[in-house]
Amino acid sequence: MRKPVGRFVPLIVFAALVVFFAVGLVWNQTHDARFVPSPLIDKPAPAFRLPRLENPTQFVTKAELLGKPYLLNVFASWCFACGDEHPTLMAYRDRFGVPLIGYDYKDAPQDARAWLQRHGDPYHEVITDQSGGTAIDFGVYGAPETYLIDAKGVIRYKHIGPLTPDVIAKELEPKIRALEGSGT
Amino acid sequence: MKRLLAIVFIVFALALGAAAFAIDPLPFKDNAQRDRFQHLTRELRCMVCQDESLLASNADFAKQLRRQIFDMMQQGKSDKEIKDWLVARYSTFILYDPPLAPSTIALWFGTPAILLAGGIVVVLLLRRRTRPAGSIAEDLGDDW
Repeated sequence: MRKPVGRFVPLIVFAALVVFFAVGLVWNQTHDARFVPSPLIDKPAPAFRLPRLENPTQFVTKAELLGKPYLLNVFASWCFACGDEHPTLMAYRDRFGVPLIGYDYKDAPQDARAWLQRHGDPYHEVITDQSGGTAIDFGVYGAPETYLIDAKGVIRYKHIGPLTPDVIAKELEPKIRALEGSGT
Repeated sequence: MKRLLAIVFIVFALALGAAAFAIDPLPFKDNAQRDRFQHLTRELRCMVCQDESLLASNADFAKQLRRQIFDMMQQGKSDKEIKDWLVARYSTFILYDPPLAPSTIALWFGTPAILLAGGIVVVLLLRRRTRPAGSIAEDLGDDW
């Protein structure tokens, strides 16, 4: 007589494969493979010294921004997804509870100024990185990107791609609240 | 047919040409350094266009990193130092050759493990088939 368990082995193997592939399919639909977790999370943000968009003779450094948490939003006038993100930033700029600093990435300053004039300026401050050299230190590869940097200059969170109300509510705001709670 | 072949040939020639032009002219010291550069950048992923290597990609991101890697080579940095520098910024995802780490154990050992499991099943089945003649008839069923 055939052992009763042996009969079901093919079915079990088949079911295991179905589960395996189903998980893969669902994962692929809910995750974008382009968005890779940054190795810089919970590491100090790189030191930078970048000119202000409004007045390129003035520079903003990492040291000057220490003392309170802030959001750094990498954008560019040539970046389509930044246009998608822009209304969300306009709506949330005063609701984040921390300053929103624009990081104009590989962009001509006059283009960035025109873009902000046309769509509105959600930023409390805009710094420019025309060469993109500092952006390499931040691990930037796909604008828009958003970094949450705490009062000690440590990167606490990074989002690649446009911020949406959903991402803000589920990921970013809890991180900001956690910073306020810990006093850093 | 001849014409079709000619068209296919031209398309391939153009595609190859485009790939060659993606490499910007960098002033290498010698051929050995150029070979080293090409070998290194071929093993690195262009984060923006993930199915292309840094060597082959024409994206702005890849151009900038190629320049950066070239500069670091001129400074006498080793391949390992350059890779570590990139991994610190872009994570190990930038390496096409994934390092052995807790998150890559399934990647490294998953396939051999499945192969081994399959091998064990095959061996078990074969051993069942070589049992005394009386039981063979029953075991030649539709199990597999």
